Amino acid sequence: MIESETVLDTSAALGQSGVRPLSSVRQITSQRHLAMKSLRRHWQLYLITLPALLYFIVFRYIPMANAVIAFKDYNVVKGIWGSPWAGLKHFELFFNNPVFWTLLKNTLSLSLYALVVGFPLPILLALCLNEVRDGLFKRLVQSVTYAPYFISTVVMVSMIILVLSARLGVVNQGLGALGFNTINFLGDPNLFASIYVWSGVWQTSGYAAIVYLAALSGIDPALYEAAKVDGASRFDKIRHVDLPGIMPVAVIILILTVGNLLSIGFEKVYLLQNPLNQGASEIIATYVYKMGLLNANYSFATAVGLFNSVVNLILLVLVNTFARRVSDVGLW
Amino acid sequence: MLRRKNAVPIRSAHIRESFGDRVFLVSVYLLLTIVLLVILYPLVFVVSSSFSSPLAVSSGRVWLWPVDFSLRGYQVAFSNPQIVTGYANSLYYTVFGTLISVVCTVLVAYSLSRRLLWGRGAIMFFIVFTMLFSGGLIPTYLVVKNLGMLDTRWALLIPQAVAPFQVIIARTFFMVTIPDELAEAAALDGCSDLKFLWNVVLPLSKPIIAVLVLMYAIFQWNAYFDALMYLKSDALQPLQLVLRGILILNTFASGTMDPEVMAQRRLLADLLKYTLIVVGSVPVLIIYPFAQRYFVKGMLLGSIKG
Repeated sequence: MIESETVLDTSAALGQSGVRPLSSVRQITSQRHLAMKSLRRHWQLYLITLPALLYFIVFRYIPMANAVIAFKDYNVVKGIWGSPWAGLKHFELFFNNPVFWTLLKNTLSLSLYALVVGFPLPILLALCLNEVRDGLFKRLVQSVTYAPYFISTVVMVSMIILVLSARLGVVNQGLGALGFNTINFLGDPNLFASIYVWSGVWQTSGYAAIVYLAALSGIDPALYEAAKVDGASRFDKIRHVDLPGIMPVAVIILILTVGNLLSIGFEKVYLLQNPLNQGASEIIATYVYKMGLLNANYSFATAVGLFNSVVNLILLVLVNTFARRVSDVGLW
Repeated sequence: MLRRKNAVPIRSAHIRESFGDRVFLVSVYLLLTIVLLVILYPLVFVVSSSFSSPLAVSSGRVWLWPVDFSLRGYQVAFSNPQIVTGYANSLYYTVFGTLISVVCTVLVAYSLSRRLLWGRGAIMFFIVFTMLFSGGLIPTYLVVKNLGMLDTRWALLIPQAVAPFQVIIARTFFMVTIPDELAEAAALDGCSDLKFLWNVVLPLSKPIIAVLVLMYAIFQWNAYFDALMYLKSDALQPLQLVLRGILILNTFASGTMDPEVMAQRRLLADLLKYTLIVVGSVPVLIIYPFAQRYFVKGMLLGSIKG
């Protein structure tokens, strides 16, 4: 409505002077007109976006600008903009450091392990729950499986430490009772990844399954009827109706997970680390924390962090493009 | 069962599950029961241990149910000043942090849900982009430092105030629930945007506000890393950080060097850990029944966007 008014005004005005308006002029004028009109009429709405916008500028975008210290030798006294330039020095230091390959290996293997195990299991859980009739059992399983999600990281890691403790842990007690030797789970670098991943599965599968259950509930019932008429068994139904139905959601989640491959959750790894398993538990994020905040090696840590963010962005774009190509579904 | 109503009655009522299907169903039930037990056991074990006597826990006699029922663990936990302070601090951060977060989120999400707002696409992109790329740990730390927030309560209330994901689901909610026509009609009657928001939108927004409150509150209660990074004084520490100290770093405020007290303390140490785990999760456990209903709704909204 508004746009046509503007167009009429313009063409009427220009028509009077006998000049035919160019369509681009028409567009520019109506765009600016729209903008000014919107600003004037809805100034209150623009106003209330300010707190959130300010937050994002200060706490998300300014840090992006601050990341420039990765290319400088940050000096606390001189500040961010006064510190001297150092080019790619910190990046070179990082890539040439032998610890680089260990960090990369640990981070990637942890992420990929978590992906391979943690991606399909919630889907499986959701599919199973979907097969079960609504009732007490179904609600019980649902409630119980997504309860662990709300446990804090600190509490979760404490539970892991207690349950797997070499001395008193329930697991070792059970092993002892069955005649096996006790295993020092938390001191063994080779077991670190498994502990991390499977406890993560325990904690988050139920919650992740909810998304898939929501998607499953959105599948057209007519498809189920058609399947039944065609004589499909339950298994066939899952293969041909359920799975395609949740594929869009699954792809999105997959993209997001892969895009965060290098940013694996710092909090839990940091708490699970100890001097014994460090060979396997030191990841990029914990390294950044130690170098940066504990050793005050700001520029270097920022360079590592920047490397992390950039690789993630590239991965996201790649996976999204690939997913788009293959399945028409993507984040954008 | 809804589809039964629409299907041809005679046929549906007599389609029986084939043998293969029944086997399949039995295995599904079996699998789910195993999952149920696997998830349930550690939780039950921890709670049972917390209600057992110190000796029973230290000697490893607890398997499933409490042994020598005792509230000793809880007595000690709540008489520890560190823990009480931690609790108070966490409550403070949770209440005020959630308040700030929900207000900011609702305000921006509602604005962005109005189709008439010029530039809403750009603003939305501006917000969502931060989910894909970030400046990193140190640059953010520097911002907080330069704002003088280090070692203050603000450091736990502001730097994580608005989560892009919550903005997305809130905006989706507003777009679906408050049609533009309604807003326009009100505008025609001379009602300003803000009055409309306050008098009409907010009362209609109870579901989404509930979801936002729950998600932000859980996040605040469970968070420890920001406190680890930004806080130095003991007096400001939230409960999770205190728990980390005791449960993971094995430090424990020892006031005395009395050997008998210390021996008693060693005995209590294991029991205390289980008790503290329960103590640290109590608010979550209380909110959980309510969270159940609203979280599922929240995920539904989120997956619409997905």
